[in-house]
This record gives sequence, C-alpha cells and structure tokens, in this order.
Amino acid sequence: MRSMSKPILRVLAGSILLMASALAQAANWTVTVLEDMTSPALERPQLDRAYLGHPGGPASEGWNLALEDARFELDAAHTQISSKTISVSSLDAARTAAQQAEKAGQQALVVNLPASWVTAVAMAVKVPVINVGAGADSLREAQCRRNLLHTLPSERMRTDALAQTLVSRKWSQVLMLSGTTVEDRVSSAAAQASLRRYGLKLVADRPFKLSADPRERDLANTKLLTSGVNYDVIWVVDADGEFARTLPYNTQAARPVVGDAGMVALGWHAQYERYGAPQVSRRFAKAYKRAMTQQDWASWMAGKALSLAAGSLTKSAAPELLAALNSLNLDGSKGVSMQFRPWDGQLQQTLLLTDGQGVIGIAPVEGVLHPRNVLDTLGADSPEKRCTNRP
Amino acid sequence: MNKKLLFAPVLALSMGVLSSATLHAQTQAWVSSEKDNTITLVDLGQGKVTGTVPTCKRPRHMQLSPDRKQMLVACSDSNAADVIDLATHKSVRRVPLGDSPEIFDVSLDGKTFFASNEDDAELSFIDASSGKKTGQVKVGKEPEGVKVSPDGQTVFVTSEVASMVHVIDIATKTIKKNILVGKRPRRFAITPNGQELWVSNELGASVSVISLKDYSVLATIALQLKGARESDITPIGLVMTQDGKRAYVTMGRANHVAFIDVASRKITDQVLVGKRPWSVALSADESKLYVVNGLSDDMTIVDTVKARALVSIPVGRVPHTVVLTN
Repeated sequence: MRSMSKPILRVLAGSILLMASALAQAANWTVTVLEDMTSPALERPQLDRAYLGHPGGPASEGWNLALEDARFELDAAHTQISSKTISVSSLDAARTAAQQAEKAGQQALVVNLPASWVTAVAMAVKVPVINVGAGADSLREAQCRRNLLHTLPSERMRTDALAQTLVSRKWSQVLMLSGTTVEDRVSSAAAQASLRRYGLKLVADRPFKLSADPRERDLANTKLLTSGVNYDVIWVVDADGEFARTLPYNTQAARPVVGDAGMVALGWHAQYERYGAPQVSRRFAKAYKRAMTQQDWASWMAGKALSLAAGSLTKSAAPELLAALNSLNLDGSKGVSMQFRPWDGQLQQTLLLTDGQGVIGIAPVEGVLHPRNVLDTLGADSPEKRCTNRP
Repeated sequence: MNKKLLFAPVLALSMGVLSSATLHAQTQAWVSSEKDNTITLVDLGQGKVTGTVPTCKRPRHMQLSPDRKQMLVACSDSNAADVIDLATHKSVRRVPLGDSPEIFDVSLDGKTFFASNEDDAELSFIDASSGKKTGQVKVGKEPEGVKVSPDGQTVFVTSEVASMVHVIDIATKTIKKNILVGKRPRRFAITPNGQELWVSNELGASVSVISLKDYSVLATIALQLKGARESDITPIGLVMTQDGKRAYVTMGRANHVAFIDVASRKITDQVLVGKRPWSVALSADESKLYVVNGLSDDMTIVDTVKARALVSIPVGRVPHTVVLTN
C-alpha cells in the first residue's frame, strides 16, 4: 500500500510545483569542477594523517552535497544544474580544460587547484570561476580577477582570526617558528602582518627544520627552538604539517601552540555545534563517510552559491550568473549572512578556532569593531585597495 | 533566623490566596534543557527553580497535549517524543518521531503528530497512540517550524535551507504550495482571526506575513534595533496575544524581544533580555512574557505592560522552549 502510494504522491507534488512555477522559465546550467585528483594532498597516506587545515578528500564531494541539498528549491524554480568533474594534473591541462568547458557553453567553473593554476584558469575564461581550494592571498590581491570568487577563507583571514583570538586572551608576546619553504615564508609574512595589525609583539621568528641530525639540533629540537626567550604563545607556520604536529606539549616553556597545530583558525569544523552546522556535517558524513573539513565546506558553499544564483535567474548565461553571485546573501550554517566582497571576490565569513577535537571559539572575536561589517575585520578590507583588477 | 521562620508561612499563605483568586493563572514554567536531558521546573510565584523532570535526550520543542493533561517533548537525540503526565511528572510513554526531530505539532483531535525531521528533510505523520509512522512528505532541507492551521486541515513547515514555507494538505499528504519567505525561516504564529501566518526569518532579520486566504506574502516586517546591525538581528521565537493585537518576537543575537503592533506591523517596544533569546510564552493574563535565553542559560520575565524586564532566572544548560502550566 505504502509503496504504491508513494510514486503517486510524488507525481502529485510534482504537478503542484509545476503549476506554482509555471510562470518561471526553465533554465539549465552546466558547471565543470576542475581538480587534480593526483595531487599529493589527496593521496591516501596523506589524507590519513588528517593534518588540521588540510583537505579531507576531493572537492567534488562538498559540491555534490550542495546540489543534492538544493534539489527542492531548484525543482521548484524549474532550474537544473548538471556538472561533471574533470581531473587535471598540470597548469596547462587545467587551462585547456577550462577553455574547452567555456567553449562547450558551460556557465561556471569550480576549481580546486594550486594558486598559480587558478590564476591561469581565471585568466583564460570569462565565466565565473569559484576557487574552493587555494587560500593564497595573492589570488585576492595582485592576481585577483573580475570573474574569480573564493569560498575558502584566505590565508590572511585565518591569521587575522588567530591574532584576534590572541588579543582576546591577552597572549601578546609571540614566538614564531616558521618553515623554510617559499609557501611557509609567505605564510609567515602574513602571520606577522596580522600580529602588527592587532598590536601583538613578535619576540622572535625562528626557522625550523625536520631533522634528527645532532649537528642541526638548533633547528630541529623543539625544546631548543622554544627556549632562550620569554613568550606567551608559540605560533608555528608549517604548511607541510609534520613538524607542527610534534610541537604541542614538547616545548621548553608551558605555553600553548597556535598556527598550523594546537589552535588553528579554519572555515569549518565538523564538531561545530551551532547554527545548524551539525546537520550539514552529518549529511556530509553520511554521504562520504568522513568528517567535513573547511575545504569541503568551501566546495559545498560553491554549490550553494551557484544554485541560489542560478535559481534566481530565468535564463542561463554566464554574465548574469556572475552578477547574481556578486549580489548574493549566503547562509553557510555559521549563523551569519555572508557576501562575496566586491573588492576582491572573497566570501566574508566567520572562522572557527579549533584544536581538532572541538571548536574553541569563533572569530571575529567579541569586542572587535568595524565601521560596516565586523566580518570584514578578517582579511583584506576595501580601503586597502589590494586588488586593482576589479571595478 | 526567627524572623525568617515566621515570615515563611505568611508568605506561603498570601501566595496561596493569590493563586486561588486568579483561578486559571499558571504557576509553573517548564523549560526544556538541551544539554541536561531534563526539563527545569520554575515556580512562577517564588521565581525560582524547584526541580527537574528527567526526559529523553536533547529535549527541544514542547507543547501541551490538546487535553492539557500531558506535556509533549520532542527529543532530537532520542528520535522520539516523551509524553509526561503533568500530575505525576512521570513519563507515560515515548512516541517515535523519526530521525532528529526538532519541532512538532499535533492534529486538532490529538491523534496525529506532525514532526519535522532535519536529517531526512521530511515532515512525518505519526499516529499518537501506536507511534506508527502513517506518512511523510518530502520538504526542503533542514525543516524546522511546524504549525497546524486553525481548521486542522493544513500543516505549515519551514525549510531553513530552501527559505520556504511549505503548505501541506493533511488529508492528501501533499504540498499545496511553496511560499518563498526570508532567509532561514524558523517559527510560526497565526493571528487569532485565522487570516495571517507570521514566520520569523532568522537570517533575514525579518518576519514574513502570509495571507492564509491565498498564501501570498502580504508584508515583510524588517526588525531593527537602534545600535544593532542587521546581521546581529536573528529572530526566532514568536507569540501572539489572544486578541491578535500584539506579537512578541525574540531577536536572537540582538538580545532583545520586539513588541510588534499586529495591525500596523510596526515595532512598538524593545526589551533587553538574556543572550540569544530563543522561545517565548505568554502568561494567561498576558501581563508577563517568559523568554528563554539559549546562550545565557536563563529565562527572563518581562512585564508586557511596562515593557520592562523584571528578572532573569537561571535554568538548565541551553534552554530551548518554555511552556507554562497550571
């Protein structure tokens, strides 16, 4: 009886929806997700290490969840979004795939690629490109583009969030330990800019090296690295993650570690308990059998943004889509309404401070003020005019 | 010491007189506590907590059974409703409500529960006596508020993700209409004349007013508060006076309750309460408003005539809903 009545119900509901939206025109959208499935970050041993802030899996998963979440609204608006994921393993391949997608009439691209590849893709096409995997500030500054949007928080948003948190704790004397890769040097500079912005004091910036060689112990021994100066907190900059993981509880002084281990600022954590976040994390875990990371949230937000923008349009065209994306007010289950910043295409958002087990706090921290929107205390603000490629 | 001993019976006596004089005045507030798996009982005469009632896991929405003899409690982590006898404070039975229920309502005859299931994006129909699921309707993601129409033929459900109110025909179990409202719609109130459905929009910082004749959106009341930004105004709880002249809306992060004149749809007063005020209830004579504050673990009592907060009483951890009983 039940199994018989179900399809009938569905047909009925469907026809009612049809009547309700008879005035709205049907629109079909196609989107390509570009990511490098052979990236070392997505290899099984690396995923198993689960370093804080590192991806937990491919971007297509969060993206697909968002489309599934939006099915009801899209059906009601008579809108369809079809998408396919293409794996690209070089900058050139990414650019070519993007150009082909645009030529084939696709109206948007979602990219989970290294920063330089993102730039190449965004320059090669005119359709909206949503970056869900690269936090590099350069993509929001010198390399910004009119058609390039970011749902993943920028590096600087994360360092600002941490700096605000240190201010709120009155942990003002900071010892920084930085890796020596180019990436770490850029991140270390971003972190130090945040320290200056929030009036924190850098007592020393020391390079570290992963090594067991006794001749290099000054660079490798966590006790030696954290002795000889007075500080309230240690800020470790380590994109790789292996060194940072060994640091908490292995320091000379009994001081907390923040940065890339200890307390980390992220766009999402599966243990966030408020604002409907658990429902999202639960849906994700149910579908993909793993905890939702900030990268998953970013690709989920790309899906939410595109489906909301597409649902508001009656004709599927890329320029209208970009305009619609730029005027969205998005609900990302973090309790606030969020927009893509007109000055750099970055999605403003609350950040979560986590030790990996739970959510310790959120940023912007209470008491931080801003003349327009307190979310804009995180990351590059409009008066800084760091992105000149956007109107 | 002596003075205190003497004073206590006098106080009790005068209160006894008071409560018998106002025959239908409620004497107790039941406050569900999400993190304690209990309901906190507040004696309204003494203005303090007198005890707790153990219940199922993560109790959230509560309401009285149609005969007003039982408290019905939705427990999200137990996937069930607890039915608690008001006289004995004991659980009588559990009714399965499907996965992760948050809000429910009951049919006019008390025979069917309608529960929103967040995880499955469904409204479940549940037979109150057998606990059997008799049907379900797929709705937008993260359904929340549930309200049965005064004529008992329709049930309204909000979807937080779809920003819609679904109008569901109870007899056929089908969606009659989807109404687009503000961002993240949460709770309902219906004007006593049965003409308007009010919906709080948490991230829209507004209340949508829907016509119950043709389901069109008649108005969107923007909630504002001097000194607060739109992003800090996150309305949730909603209650209306019996004469339909005034509505009370909690403003979430703005930590205030707004008094709204229903006819003009204008805010007349705003009262500072606790942190993230959530659900609200009115006393029988409507002179007092009870507001539970989700982030300060207390309940504020507001004088509705003077538009002033009288006192805040500490309750359980993460209070969700308040219901007054005799």
